[in-house]
Amino acid sequence: MQHVSPVREPLVTGGKSYHDVTQDVCRQVEAAPNVRWMAALSVALFFLGIFLYSVYRTLWYGIGEWGLNKTVGWAWDITNFVWWVGIGHAGTLISAVLLLFRQKWRSSINRAAEAMTIFAVICAAMFPVLHMGRPWLAYWVFPLQNTFGSLWVNFNSPLLWDVFAISTYFTVSLVFWYTGLVPDFATIRDRAKGPIAKVAYSLLSMGWTGSAKHWSRYETVSLILAGVSTPLVLSVHTIVSMDFATSVVPGWHTTIFPPYFVAGAIFSGFAMVLTLMLITRVVFKLEDYITMEHIALMNKIMMITGSIVGVAYITEFFIAWYSQVEFEQYAFINRATGPYWWAYWSMMTCNVISPQLVWIRRVRYSIPLTFILSIIVNIGMWFERFVIIVTSLHRDYLPSSWVMFSPTIIDIGIYVGTLGLFFTLFLLFAKFFPVVNMAEVKTVLKYTVDNGPTYTGHDPHHDLIHKPTTHGVPANAPVNYNKHD
Amino acid sequence: MTKRFALGIFDDEDVLMHAIENVRAAGVKIYEVFTPFPIHGIDDALGIERSRLPIAAFFYGMCGLAFALWMQIYMLGFDWPMIIGGKPHIALPAFIPVSFELTVFFTCHGMVITFYTISKLYPRWRTPVLDVRSTDDKFVMAIEINESTDLNNLSKLLRENGASEVNEKEMTKN
Repeated sequence: MQHVSPVREPLVTGGKSYHDVTQDVCRQVEAAPNVRWMAALSVALFFLGIFLYSVYRTLWYGIGEWGLNKTVGWAWDITNFVWWVGIGHAGTLISAVLLLFRQKWRSSINRAAEAMTIFAVICAAMFPVLHMGRPWLAYWVFPLQNTFGSLWVNFNSPLLWDVFAISTYFTVSLVFWYTGLVPDFATIRDRAKGPIAKVAYSLLSMGWTGSAKHWSRYETVSLILAGVSTPLVLSVHTIVSMDFATSVVPGWHTTIFPPYFVAGAIFSGFAMVLTLMLITRVVFKLEDYITMEHIALMNKIMMITGSIVGVAYITEFFIAWYSQVEFEQYAFINRATGPYWWAYWSMMTCNVISPQLVWIRRVRYSIPLTFILSIIVNIGMWFERFVIIVTSLHRDYLPSSWVMFSPTIIDIGIYVGTLGLFFTLFLLFAKFFPVVNMAEVKTVLKYTVDNGPTYTGHDPHHDLIHKPTTHGVPANAPVNYNKHD
Repeated sequence: MTKRFALGIFDDEDVLMHAIENVRAAGVKIYEVFTPFPIHGIDDALGIERSRLPIAAFFYGMCGLAFALWMQIYMLGFDWPMIIGGKPHIALPAFIPVSFELTVFFTCHGMVITFYTISKLYPRWRTPVLDVRSTDDKFVMAIEINESTDLNNLSKLLRENGASEVNEKEMTKN
């Protein structure tokens, strides 16, 4: 049978009208909370409780509650910090980089992905702040005069760069996300029935009316925010990687770290986006907006970044051997064959081998397989940070101080607790905020095959083209017209 | 001050775009157009000037860069010079990350604050709108009217250009 590829895959299926988009997205905001949502929130709150208890233990009894020791002074917390920050990066990639590249498919997933960024950065920030031991003095990281008992901060330190990078990243992402939400809050406000909802969404929508002048400025602001967020997201993980790369620890002191970390961040971030989207689209019945095409595209990005990460692992190994530095060579042999071999090989399997399965079309388009794969990748990326940090530290230059690191129950509690914090925030977001950017989805609605142009004017130029077709496909074609299978 | 408006309600943005052209050509002044999403090219059709926000953004960014460099050079170079890792007091390469971050910080926040200020967007208890459907699926063209306006003609003009409804509405603006 002859196969004709469409010029563009439909971005939204189901022949939606503008009003349908509003209805579908506002449905869960306006409806009473359902049982599934309540059940999920209770589980998340239970884990949030674990988090609060672990934080209480850490603050009341001190950092001694953690499994750190003299040799491994930095392990579980920094692993989790880098893991969470990395997850956040996919949200910015979707909202900023894909906007600059005019990837229209991003419009239905960018809201939720950006929310994920913000919540992931909140979770990430917990670890360095708690590791301070006295979080109430956290403001000491900012350049304040030494009447507080210290000198100026050290601007030569990557840890200070991190302070600036993470706080800029968090606030910029928050503002970007909120500005995008304003028009959608206005939509909810204008539909709201209850007096509380009306006032609440009126306050949130900042008096947005959708006037053409506002939209024009809004688009300018979005474009510039995307333009500054793109180098910002690259700089953030570059700086995170410099926490390690500027030290002289074998296994850390490598120039490959910045691009390798950025690729890893996007890799794990897309895995998390997939995990969240696969659940969200089913729970909130958004299958027409987050289509199989979206899932396949995200899978492809995951595969590409996963392959970059794989190449980076091999390059690191090769350079260790090629450098002829004994300590560097040992660090890598120790990673693969030392006492933490299981962590190393988990990382290799999860991050290098599993994303290659995405080459197979059936895997790319399968919801259960994608879901499993996304979880595996997140586990793998957690192990990557654990391997880089713990295996480099636990056997340092001085064999007499070689030790093993194992987390305490409090360490584990804080980690699973941040998952609780993350999902609590995400579930609240999904209930009270529009999970899909309605305004932006409406702009791409006509790009879809099954919503042909509804143009009815009398422009002579338009009459030259065959009017009832879009990209060579009849406007009234069925939804799955010339799909590959 | 209370103003009266004739509202032309459109169902489709392509129809609206042509209507804008024709209504303006007929010499009618369009007060404002409310749409549920940004429409490509509507600024040109309405004669809205290109926003100067990018210039403001660049200016804020330069302020951020200058501030970051001043801060680091002053603090580590002059106020309390210390030798850190044998590096010079003013180690410019090490100042790049913070300078970059503050440039982005100032650009973003300066521009967004400007955007909300000039657009007069701030939290309000209630937001009066001319037609609530304009944030859902309708495109609303508002034309200011007074006693001397020929409403029948205006209504006819809007309908001829594809308006599905023509309504009248009063709005108090302060």
